[in-house]
Amino acid sequence: MKCKDFLQELTDYLDGKIGENLKAELDEHLHWCHECHVVMNTTKKTIEIYRDNQIYELPDDLRSRLHQAIMTKCRNSSQSKKSRT
Amino acid sequence: METIQKKAEEGITSELALVQAAKKGDLEAFSELVRRYDRNIFRIAQHITHNEEDAQDVVQDAFLKAYQNLEQFQGNSKFYTWLVRIAVNEALMRLRRRRNDRTVSLDEDVETEDGSIPREVADWSPNPEQLYGTSELGDILKKTIQGLSPGFRTVFVLRDVEGLSTEETAEMLGLSIPAVKSRLLRARLQLRERLARYFKSKKGGGDGQQ
Repeated sequence: MKCKDFLQELTDYLDGKIGENLKAELDEHLHWCHECHVVMNTTKKTIEIYRDNQIYELPDDLRSRLHQAIMTKCRNSSQSKKSRT
Repeated sequence: METIQKKAEEGITSELALVQAAKKGDLEAFSELVRRYDRNIFRIAQHITHNEEDAQDVVQDAFLKAYQNLEQFQGNSKFYTWLVRIAVNEALMRLRRRRNDRTVSLDEDVETEDGSIPREVADWSPNPEQLYGTSELGDILKKTIQGLSPGFRTVFVLRDVEGLSTEETAEMLGLSIPAVKSRLLRARLQLRERLARYFKSKKGGGDGQQ
């Protein structure tokens, strides 16, 4: 297996969605290829960092303002719908 | 209506029951759906638009559109899948408007291999997150993901940040499963490459040997 072939399977490998035979081949490649090992580990870490550090949280005060605005728009929309019918 | 409200407070009402109640005009049921998903929709919108004002508008418009079109929701897919699809379209529309560029789409730059071939193969520090303070780390992560094209970052956000399956992501974005997988791989590799400059280990002289 070449590094290029390993990379093609990296997403499925990291997601654990790979057959046993292919997994054994990929593990074998990782065993001797230091570069692919680093790429695999750092890609895994990339995913974990984004998953663990939510960078766009919705602050509570903004959340309640948005919620109020949404519900007002929905209420107005059903009222105008009713008045049209 | 009272039953729906009570169950919603207990957090046990199914999504489908809430949708059905909302279709019959139960606003409280719809309000519960908003509460369930507003944080996710806000995050997705922020990731696509990179603009808080636009993201707020996307959240409002996506929920309003969903409410106005509830009749069209068949229940073949999950409400959330349907809602995200609406929100992604709204977010892309706002991104186009802001960039004054009608060509912004999920297909942008998908053919490019830039950054998809690993060049940086030095290992990272054992705990890269600890190299930076929380807000500095947040800035690095934002700056890095903003560098991806919309098609790549949308797939990455849905699959890896929101934790949705490949199948759900494909349905939300109207893409094939192989297209989602290929974009995800390239998005992950591009992010890894860009983060390496912040996180790579200073020790070891770059040969990666421990």
